[in-house]
Order: sequence, then C-alpha cells, then structure tokens
Amino acid sequence: MSSLSAAPETFDCRQAFVAELSELARADERIVAVCNDSVGSSNLVAFAGEFPDRLINVGIAEQNMVGVAAGLANGGYIPFVCAAAPFLTGRALEQIKSDVAYNGYHVVLCGMSPGMAYGELGPTHHSIEDLSWLRAIADLIIIVPADPQQTRQVVRWAAQSDRPSYLRIGRVKVPAVTPEGSEFTLGQALQLRDGRDVTLVATGVMVSRALDAADLLEATGISTRVLNMATIVPLDEEAVLRAARDTGRIVTIEEGRPTGGLGAAVAEAVVCNRPVPMRILGVSGFAPTGKAEFLYDHFGLSPAAIAAAARELVD
Amino acid sequence: MPEPLAVPRGTDPPLVHIQADESSAARQARLSDTARHIRRLILTTIGTAKLGHVGGDLSVTDILTTLFFSILRYDASDPAWPERDRFILSKGHCSVALYSTLALAGFIPESLLPSFAAPLSPLNGHPNRRKVPGVESNTGPLGHGLPVGVGCAIAARLAHAAWRTFVVLGDGELQEGSNWEAAMAAGHRRLANLTAIVDRNRLQQGAKTEDTNALEPLVDKWASFGWDVVEVDGHDYAALYAALAAPRGAKPRCVIAHTHKGHGVSFMEDGVEWHHKVPSPAQIDAALAELAPAPIAP
Repeated sequence: MSSLSAAPETFDCRQAFVAELSELARADERIVAVCNDSVGSSNLVAFAGEFPDRLINVGIAEQNMVGVAAGLANGGYIPFVCAAAPFLTGRALEQIKSDVAYNGYHVVLCGMSPGMAYGELGPTHHSIEDLSWLRAIADLIIIVPADPQQTRQVVRWAAQSDRPSYLRIGRVKVPAVTPEGSEFTLGQALQLRDGRDVTLVATGVMVSRALDAADLLEATGISTRVLNMATIVPLDEEAVLRAARDTGRIVTIEEGRPTGGLGAAVAEAVVCNRPVPMRILGVSGFAPTGKAEFLYDHFGLSPAAIAAAARELVD
Repeated sequence: MPEPLAVPRGTDPPLVHIQADESSAARQARLSDTARHIRRLILTTIGTAKLGHVGGDLSVTDILTTLFFSILRYDASDPAWPERDRFILSKGHCSVALYSTLALAGFIPESLLPSFAAPLSPLNGHPNRRKVPGVESNTGPLGHGLPVGVGCAIAARLAHAAWRTFVVLGDGELQEGSNWEAAMAAGHRRLANLTAIVDRNRLQQGAKTEDTNALEPLVDKWASFGWDVVEVDGHDYAALYAALAAPRGAKPRCVIAHTHKGHGVSFMEDGVEWHHKVPSPAQIDAALAELAPAPIAP
C-alpha cells in the first residue's frame, strides 16, 4: 500500500444532492426540479429518467426559470431550481428577490458548482458574489453544506421547510467532515473541534481546509476552534459571540468575495456585540486562469495560508 | 402533446360573479356598470392618495372587469381555494385598478381603498400577495408576471387540474426580454391553459411605444412564438368575453386588447402625460361627472 492511500476519500456533493432529491421525490409528488438546460451539469440525468414529467427544463433562460418556479410553488409544487450558481444568482437576481423572496414562495434555489468550481472557465463562470448578493435580500435563507452528509441533511431540511432558500451545492471534491450522528439544524453552527486561542469559521469547501489549518496551528502550539458555519442566513450569532469570548480572535474562510458574505456577517455580529481582532479570508478579485485548487492557493485559501493568517492574530 | 384539460372539477363554491344563464346583452350591461363603478373608485382613490398611474388604470379597467366578473373562477371568501383560476397583473403599477376590482369582487373591503399608499397600508403602490387577498404574485418590476404565469400553467397541467391562468401585460413592458423567454417556453409546451392579455394602449411612460422601441408587428411576434393570437377592442365587453371565455386549440392564447390610456375620461384619453400625473380635485370632479350613473328613466 502506498503512502498516498492515507489521503481521505473525497466526494462531489452534487451526487449526494441528487440522491436525496430523488429519494424525497419518490415520497412526495409535489417535488419537482426546474433547470436551465443544466440536466447534465446539475447531475439530473437519473432524476429525469425516473420523473420525466417532474423535470422542467425551460432552456437557457434563467429569469424565466426562477419565475416559473414561483408559479409552480403557487400551484402547490415544491420546486428545486438547479442551475450553475453564477447564472442562477446573477442573471435572475431580481426574480429571486421579487418572485421568490418577496412573494414568500417555498422555492429551493440550488446554486450548483459555486465559488471557483469552474476553474479555468474563468471569472464569468465563477460564483464568488452570490453570498454577498443574496444575503442582502430579506426573507431568504442561505445554506452552504460542507460535505455529502450535510448536503443530504440540508436538502431534506429545505424540502420540509415552507420558506424560500438558497443552497450552494459544491462540485469541487471534499472529504467528509460531518461527525457521525450529527444533525443539521437551521442557524446552528457545528463545532468540529474546540480550542482556546483562535476560532476558524468556515463554510462549504473551506471547512476541510480550516480543519487542516487547525492541525498545522496545533502543531505549533496554537489551540484552535473550528466552526462549520453552514447556515449563512440566519447566522448563528451565539456561536460567533461564544468564539469571540472564549478565543478572542476569529478568522473566517469562504469561497467567495470577502465583502458581504460569511466574513461580513460574522464581523457584523462581532463588531456590534463583542469586538475582537478578525481576519476575513476570501476571493479578493477576478481569478487568473487555473483549476479551483490552484486558485484556492492563489487567493490564500490553502491550509498553510489560513494557518498563517490565524498565527498573525495570535502573535 | 395532449392537453389534460377535460378533467372534471370537484365541487365548486358558488361563483356569484359568473351568471351562466345571462344573455349577452345583460352581461354587457352588467360589465359596463361594474367598470364605471371601478373607474370611479380608481379616480377617488388616486385623488385621495395623490399618487397612482391613472392612465394605465383606466386603459386596463375593462379587461379586469371582464375577467373578474364574467371569466375567472374564484371564491373571494376563500382566496386560496386550490382550484381557483390564477390571475396575475404583470403591469403592477396599475395596482389601483386591481385593488378597486378586488374590492368590488369581495376580496377586500371597499373602505380600505382610501388607505392606498398611506403609511403601513396593505395597499402598497405595487401589489403584495402577503398583504392583499386575491393577489397571486407581487409585481412592479416589469417582465415578471408572464414567467410566473407559465409556472402556474405548468403546475395545473402536472396536477391534471382544470384551472386556468391569466396574465395581463402592459405593452411597454414587452420590451423586457424575460417576457419573451416565457413566451417561448409557453409556446414550446403548448400551454393552452394559459392566456396572456396585452393592454395595448400604445403609450409607455413618456412616449409612444413605437417611437421608443417598436413592438410591431406584435401579432406576428406572438404567433411566431407559438401562440394563438387574437386582436380585440379592449373596451368592448362582448369581444373581450369571446376572446377570454374558452380555451381553444392546443396553444397558449394571446389577446391583444387595443385600448386607450385614460379611457372613460374625455380629457385624459390617449394623453401621454396621464401616465402617472395626479389629477387635481377639480379634474377628479369633472371626471366623476363624466362617469356618473345614467339617470333612472321615469
């Protein structure tokens, strides 16, 4: 056995997403999928085979796609809108605001392959703005699951809730980070490891990187807490303020713009209630050419760079 | 693709606003009287609020009247009745026409109308379904109603339900591309349970549509997207009723209703300045005098 076999198995969360969606659809005929020609890229081929009438492909037309979903909700269905995150959120932003959130319709918006998952396809296909844009919209829940198990839990939650929501469904392969037996609770951070000196608050793909960074920090004697902040809206302010009180320093890590997303949400809670030194790590600009993993390193989102940012706060 | 429109409905609530055995002449007289009442409510409501879009409210009044008092199946005492027909006013800035219609139809009390646009009133400048029963979708930004209507029509087809969906569009708003995304999808899916009505008053906010970004040939545009298109005089109740009463064929239907902004008030008719100009109290009085009920014959 080579030493490489020690690397943890990694998963594409879209597979867990569609497995859960199909399972729910078998039990509840109100569940439908709506997409913009993204049957393949949203991994909906098997869903389409099993439920041909309940996959509504409107073609390459995102504004209509989101409006159609609102109409389906009006007619008693539970639509899961599946489309590449940059086009779903950027192209149909006003429909998300008016037709879904302001109407208060139970529509589940699923931003597929978010962040820089599309790598070398470039900034037009990256979705690094979605968390900032959507966090500004009232009455819209935002959840970024970190691994397959949490993805399935979040999809289940979104189906049984009656509220509008946006889920980020990752394509970049991630290891399992959700502890056995833990459940998803809306607005509740999962503490993956405890520490006294600094807290890393991460979401989505960045959670496993934060755990790796914590290993590096512990090796140099810095006791590190790690929170998986899957729910961006509503934010778990209590967990954030506990972290501020217990560790006195916070680093946030997200695969998105540092303006307006997870880091900004955490900073708002910290500044208004218990100011402590912070670092907000994210994607600082339009990306150069490269695969997602290369771009994470480029923008200082590697475990080593995350650990370095935390160390600066502690030193 | 076969249309599952022949599925029988369950037990309907009493549809008091639809009188099946009414003669055509009696229906026209009733709709004319109702529309006159709605126009009076529009003018007094805008006069009180000193806000509104009177020109478009008056151009769409006869369309709303025909729909709510002879076509749409609803139960105002149970606005969420699942089998109701869906109606969406895509040109949401003409909310006062909608609120006045909903008041006469029994969804909201007429006494609520003077609160239009007042602080904390449920009657916002643009309709909000979470505050006003009878509103199916919040509109205001243009180009939103038809996509939602397409979703409603797909939902009815999936459920094998017989209810229909109607969307009223302004003509100016057809410059929004989202309408054509929706029109393409409805035509492709042959959504015969969907009807779009274009309030073709030929004016947008500050000028004629044809001088701003021309819509013509409008019939050809809709037809080329797979719709069955009819043109009617949008102030002729018999023509509107005939165009809206029954789905025909296998395509979605587009009714291009030729109307006049400010219709019913002589000094407002076709005046581009009346898009959202607020009439003075004297102008309101003059308008109401034109819309007074006919004297009862001795």
